Amino acid sequence: MNPTTSSTIKNTQTIQVAMPQSTEIKHENTLYSEQIANWHGFPITNSLITSWVAVLIIVILSVALRMKMKKVPSKLQHFFEYVLEGGFDLADQVTGSRKTTEKVFPVAISIFFFVIINNWLGILPLGGFGVLQTGADGTSFVPFLRSGTADVNTTLMLALVSVIASNIFGVVAIGLWKAFNKYVNLKALGGIFTKIRKQPTVLLEAPVMFFVGVLEFIGEFAKIASLSFRLFGNVFAGEVLLASMGALFAYGLPIPFLFLEVIVGFIQALIFSMLTLVYFTIAAQDHDEHEHEDHSHHTPSNINSIEENKVAISN
Amino acid sequence: MDIVPLAKAIAIGLGALGPAIGIGMIGSKAMEAIGRNPEAANKILVPMLIVSAFAEAVAIYALVIAFSIK
Repeated sequence: MNPTTSSTIKNTQTIQVAMPQSTEIKHENTLYSEQIANWHGFPITNSLITSWVAVLIIVILSVALRMKMKKVPSKLQHFFEYVLEGGFDLADQVTGSRKTTEKVFPVAISIFFFVIINNWLGILPLGGFGVLQTGADGTSFVPFLRSGTADVNTTLMLALVSVIASNIFGVVAIGLWKAFNKYVNLKALGGIFTKIRKQPTVLLEAPVMFFVGVLEFIGEFAKIASLSFRLFGNVFAGEVLLASMGALFAYGLPIPFLFLEVIVGFIQALIFSMLTLVYFTIAAQDHDEHEHEDHSHHTPSNINSIEENKVAISN
Repeated sequence: MDIVPLAKAIAIGLGALGPAIGIGMIGSKAMEAIGRNPEAANKILVPMLIVSAFAEAVAIYALVIAFSIK
């Protein structure tokens, strides 16, 4: 959705700011992110600026952490070790094995940090900084900070990365032929000819299995849609909620909603990265095998390896 | 008469109904589970939050639709 096409769907809710002068400056909560500058025809929106800031924060933090990596951790390093350890344990619950977790975790935690920093940048009380734009319908105020995730382009991109990368991971993990058979189930169709002597019911089973594969293929697009709209909707709705509450009564009233948005921002980042983990895990599973597989991941050997890792981290 | 506000109200009103029931059921079951086994409260809390966010997402879809009705 680019700004020009989406400008037809416009949220009509306006929050009018009374100014000392008689001229009114409007601030609209639009579904699309507002353009601030133009660089050789490339629109620079406020969401884009915020996601750059988020990337900058991540880069600075990671460089700062890398430069001062010590065996006896500093406060910052200790905090992030704590976060990573918790994330690893949570990811182990999803993937079921430390080996898969180690492969998938970098993607998930990167998405997590990007999304959470974006979500929290959007609710920073710096909404007063922005530019005034004079359009056809009067002067309007455009803030610099608007969560990158409050723009459907960003969330769509993240969802695309997550789903496409999970499919690539699936191909690497179980091979091209098996991954292909998940969507276009040629194996089940081929089974008609090889198994019909032993079990004639395969004539009924194979078309159903093929149709299940088609459904899974459609399901991949549903994943993209639900991932992107869940994140976008939550963050955008939060911004609208805060703006409406601020318009109702500016002092004190928005504070509980700000807390709510802090929690929502965290939970949505967690959900996005957890779902990415889940998609990667599903993609890496072999369909024929995982029905007989033991799903309990609290086998003694696993716990031991986790404990070992904890010891390794704490050392 | 302008019926656009009505359309928006119906979209978010009906759209919030299902998720509200869903979140209520999730919460009640989680409370029941914690009541049965209070030591598992920490294990129940995270899945409960995640699943209720899934249910909430449906309401959010309705909200986005409500905003995009013009």
